Amino acid sequence: MIDAGYPILSSLIFFPLLMCLVLAFVRSDELVRVITLAASVAEVLLALPLFGFDPAQGFQFVEQMAWVPQWGLSYYLGVDGISLLMVMLTVGILPLCVLCSWTYIGKRIKEFHICLLLMTAACIGVFCALDFVLFYVFWEAMLVPMYLLIAVWGGPERRYASIKFFLYTLAGSTLLLVAMVAFFRAGGTFSIPELMERSYSFRFQFWAFLAMALAFAIKVPMFPFHTWLPAAHVQAPSAGSVILASVLLKMGTYGFLRFCLPLTPAASAYFAPVMIAFAIASIIYGGFVALGQSDIKKLIAYSSVGHMGFAMLGIFLFNQRGVEGTLLVMLNHGIVTGALFMMIGLIYERSHSREITANQGLGKFLPAYMGFWGLFALSSFGFPGLNSFVGEAAVMTGAFQHSWLVGALVVPGAMLAAAYMLRLSLRMAWGGPASPAGKSWRDMNSREWVYLAPLAVLTIWLGVAPGMVLRTIDPAIERLLADFQAKSQAVVAQVEEIDRPLPMELAVVEIDKAGATGAPLAD
Amino acid sequence: MRLDLLAPELVLGLALLALFVQTLTTRKTAEPRTGGGFLYGGWLAYAAVASAVASAATLGLSGLMFYGAYQIDALSQFFKLLISVGLAIATHNASFGGTPELAQDKRSDYYLFLALSAFGLMLLASSVELITIVISLEISSFCLYAIVPLRAEKPEAVEAGIKYVMFGAVATALALFGLAYIMAAHQTTYLPALVGRDFGFAGAPLAALGLVLFAVGFFYKLALFPFHFWAPDVYDGASNETAAYIATLPKLGAVVVLVRLASLLGPGPEVAMVLAVFGALSMTLGNLMALAQKDIKRLLGFSSVAHAGYIMLGLVAGTSEGFAAASFYALVYLVMNLTIFWVVCRTSPSGRNLVLDDLAGMHRRAPILAFVLAVAAFALVGLPPTAGFTGKLFLLSAAWGRGFDWLVVVAAVNTAISIFYYLNLVRYAYTAESDEPSESKGGVAQLARPTAWANAFGLVLAAVVLALGVLPSPMFNLAAAAGQQLMP
Repeated sequence: MIDAGYPILSSLIFFPLLMCLVLAFVRSDELVRVITLAASVAEVLLALPLFGFDPAQGFQFVEQMAWVPQWGLSYYLGVDGISLLMVMLTVGILPLCVLCSWTYIGKRIKEFHICLLLMTAACIGVFCALDFVLFYVFWEAMLVPMYLLIAVWGGPERRYASIKFFLYTLAGSTLLLVAMVAFFRAGGTFSIPELMERSYSFRFQFWAFLAMALAFAIKVPMFPFHTWLPAAHVQAPSAGSVILASVLLKMGTYGFLRFCLPLTPAASAYFAPVMIAFAIASIIYGGFVALGQSDIKKLIAYSSVGHMGFAMLGIFLFNQRGVEGTLLVMLNHGIVTGALFMMIGLIYERSHSREITANQGLGKFLPAYMGFWGLFALSSFGFPGLNSFVGEAAVMTGAFQHSWLVGALVVPGAMLAAAYMLRLSLRMAWGGPASPAGKSWRDMNSREWVYLAPLAVLTIWLGVAPGMVLRTIDPAIERLLADFQAKSQAVVAQVEEIDRPLPMELAVVEIDKAGATGAPLAD
Repeated sequence: MRLDLLAPELVLGLALLALFVQTLTTRKTAEPRTGGGFLYGGWLAYAAVASAVASAATLGLSGLMFYGAYQIDALSQFFKLLISVGLAIATHNASFGGTPELAQDKRSDYYLFLALSAFGLMLLASSVELITIVISLEISSFCLYAIVPLRAEKPEAVEAGIKYVMFGAVATALALFGLAYIMAAHQTTYLPALVGRDFGFAGAPLAALGLVLFAVGFFYKLALFPFHFWAPDVYDGASNETAAYIATLPKLGAVVVLVRLASLLGPGPEVAMVLAVFGALSMTLGNLMALAQKDIKRLLGFSSVAHAGYIMLGLVAGTSEGFAAASFYALVYLVMNLTIFWVVCRTSPSGRNLVLDDLAGMHRRAPILAFVLAVAAFALVGLPPTAGFTGKLFLLSAAWGRGFDWLVVVAAVNTAISIFYYLNLVRYAYTAESDEPSESKGGVAQLARPTAWANAFGLVLAAVVLALGVLPSPMFNLAAAAGQQLMP
């Protein structure tokens, strides 16, 4: 572990909080937007030292301080290759969110931007926390601003959607709280790296895994825990959908990688077939339901279920390709789906409808828009040379490495994605008749170019040259999997010791013996 | 006798005397109902601050007085500090709005009773002899019986008062039964002498039954199932300010006695199981009942039943950590409940009961108090980074691995149930606007507009709720010291 020169991670978490305080005293709406934009750009600058990350090392930029010594709680931050990627994604998406809500949000502008900043701080906290309780604090703290984003600035059914979102995710995480407490009692600490060094009985892992997996699976969201997602996505304002898709959903898969695999390796291996089955179900179900949608935003929301199914699948393959694929999918889904949600918000500002039928024939009147849309849509279903392809291909390779059956089941999912995405894009580009008002819509303005262009560049760049990302994450994945193999083998051996039919046979033998010896007695 | 040990009691006692004199000299005039809170006994808040200072000064002291019936120790002083602070906030709350539903000439009596009740609770914190405990309990209860019906022209208030007295009388009777059984079994009423005696159903059934019955008196104060029936009705019937007091301070007294009983007597596994079952039922029923409430005070009444259940987690653990966690949760509960009642009292026009619909549009009418309400509600759910989370975390950690894992799971599941109705408060305050023409429904129009000072004090309370969540260490150290001193 390397100590940071200055607290980079803390500054990333607390700078947005500080800016919230500043915003509280700003009156002009325009000024609020400008200050938030400046703050989000400053946040990106603050994150630049993270490029000094050394992939060969474990947790870096570590900060540790006693918090509640009686309970072994500490303020403990650090990043490895996996979390670094997520932190960068979170930081990078913030200025784009501010830009894409510039004209989209018309009421209570100050509160909206405060919520955005709070969300960012909490999300970065989730990915940096190395103390279980601290993780949980950020994990839950993020719910409140997200709830408000949906409930206050959302669509017509925002109340239903926001309550559903809040209840679902919080209900899932209450059992995470129990698991956390159980780990504290079993391991004597809340520090995640220290907990990782201990080993736990299979019985303990079994329940702990179930409790944690529920919380994470809801967040992912994995079929059948996904029902909150379409409602939340559709009702949330653009920036809310973007953060939800880009960052929030990643917390679920991140939780599996950070907690389930290292802390409950044997139980993860034990439940892997179930998890793989649910992941495949997510991919296929998400694809089919997306195919039937007439609302663009709902379609993309269901496509998220499918994409995150890929991410889940990669984790439970337990091979290098699979986990690599998971991380790439997490990153790329964040970029591409985030971009698609921004584009939906963009067109919604013009057509005031999210129905496919109301947004047809755009190729003729909004060529630049349709160009960007085409790029992101192609990437979304895994067009080779674009970023999503790299991740999905890695997961599929991993799936075939795992077993041909899993591989064979995943392929139709990818084809479904192509089907619904092409169908959607086709109708948006050339479908007709275009809404009469469509002729008067203006194509993308410079502000819209500014927030979509970086994402487009990333989409192409990460598709052509994913090497830099892979170099960052590979050592972390290798360590994770090596550790996982060692620990799960150890406990599997122990489980076999218990579960082996030996005791049963012994019992039978003993009965036989009793019968044998008993016979003369009966005589 | 060392008077410095009794500093908090003396300070409050002096205030009591002054209030007593004031009640005798109050002019019975038909002045308007509002204003003048300070002159008519509102200054009690400052006396309570003084007694808080006195409690803080005596935190490190310890001693045994009055023939061993009265013990000054870390636990008692911690709770005296909490009681003083709670009294300061509760009386400030009452005097601030001028208690609109209280007749002017009854004001000083009102404050006298509040102070006397807090005085009884302070005695309760230090009592280590069963009869002293009962007497202290009665001192604190009688005053409340008197002030619950003090709500002008409201028949519900009288009903609430009668309910409170009846339940209280039954609970006291049961506690006295229990006291008699314990005396019969072990021939002493001094807690230190009872340490290590058998309280198992097998060895000493009389003592075990006695202990459970004795605890009932405090279950009643704590509004623990099945002794909770009074809570929602009394909160509902009493005026907002009185409800704020009854919902918070008496619980501190109950917790301190239960902690003492649990620690000194080391309840046998059976008694601990009784506590655990009551706790589990309390959480579940309290939360389920709260789901259906529209009246905010009734909602808070049922939610307090649930919170009483959470505190049992620390008691059944039977360790110093557990007692520290229970004490800390009592503090957290005090602060977050007083915070939410502050909002209710400040926004309720003319002191009437608020229903959920009244909160609609609150974010526009009273943005700061809406924020304070949200903080308090999320704290009551147990959402980080508020004090409610830290308190609950300590409770869960204390109970896990002590044979009550199932209770921890029940508590966690209950947190999930409780989200809905607490979130409802926030939802009404923040999102109910364009969909409902609140003005016509009597929502926004009837919500009182808070003054700047009401906002400021609300923010201070919210800040305390957040601070106890983010930096619980300083206060938890005090609770931990109390816990450690109980279990050497």
